[in-house]
Amino acid sequence: MKKIIAAIVFAFLSVYTNAQTSVGTPPVTTDLMRSNGKILVVVAVIVIIMIGFFGYLISVDKKLTKLEKEGIK
Amino acid sequence: MLRAYWWKILCFVLVMYVCIFGFYVEVPRMDDRMQQTIRNFFFHVPMWFGMMILLTVSLVYAIKYLGNPTPKNDFYATSYAATGTLFGFVGIVTGAVWANYQWGQPWNNDPKQIGAAVALLIYLAYFVLRGSLNDEEKRARISAVYNIFAFFMLFPTLWILPRLTESLHPGGQGSAGNPGINGKDLDWRLRIVFYPAVIGWTLLGVWITTLKIRLQILIEKHS
Repeated sequence: MKKIIAAIVFAFLSVYTNAQTSVGTPPVTTDLMRSNGKILVVVAVIVIIMIGFFGYLISVDKKLTKLEKEGIK
Repeated sequence: MLRAYWWKILCFVLVMYVCIFGFYVEVPRMDDRMQQTIRNFFFHVPMWFGMMILLTVSLVYAIKYLGNPTPKNDFYATSYAATGTLFGFVGIVTGAVWANYQWGQPWNNDPKQIGAAVALLIYLAYFVLRGSLNDEEKRARISAVYNIFAFFMLFPTLWILPRLTESLHPGGQGSAGNPGINGKDLDWRLRIVFYPAVIGWTLLGVWITTLKIRLQILIEKHS
């Protein structure tokens, strides 16, 4: 368990160092969203899609729970 | 399991972690054959792992049904089979997209592609079989037996035959080991995203399945 946590923590450390190296190079890449070939824009799109899907799942889940508790009228 | 929510939170956290960090983790370059497409490893491959897990759960409930024929066991078996098949279809389509850019065309008649297609057709026949029977008990019993047959057809089609011939997929003849979980070959940077991805995507499948089961139980209660 400790090893897994450590692995995740150290993995995120590399994100930090990446951000450090890109600051020194062309001035365009100082913006986080425009760094690393704008890959974070794709990440943002996917995150929005997945949040949408999860939101939908949660809402269906809640409706079902309500029906199970109250019964269908 | 049906209404507990801690694993739904875990599912959300893991899938979000994969969707964010899966794009940001530095992937091994090898000889640059794969370039960035190796990131599909966090999305395409877990579909097959998830399918295998969901179909195994379906098998367990099919066997349970034969021992204890309650509608509940039948709901579980069919719902898990449905989600498993869905994962398989998503896997085959995402594989076609990947293959188009990695191997030149979407369908290469690769032994694993053909095997996966055969396995999915066998599971499609499961739903056709169910649809063709009107008597509820008979439908449940026959489909439970067919489910067991279909599950064991996964082994030759997905696990054995693709390894006996040359394959574009890793793990074919001449390349040792199990693609995906081969501990020695897999770069640790891929591993820290891949294993959470398998758990996260599978839990997502389980979530969808439990919704389906609950709906079926509600309908049964009401009718």
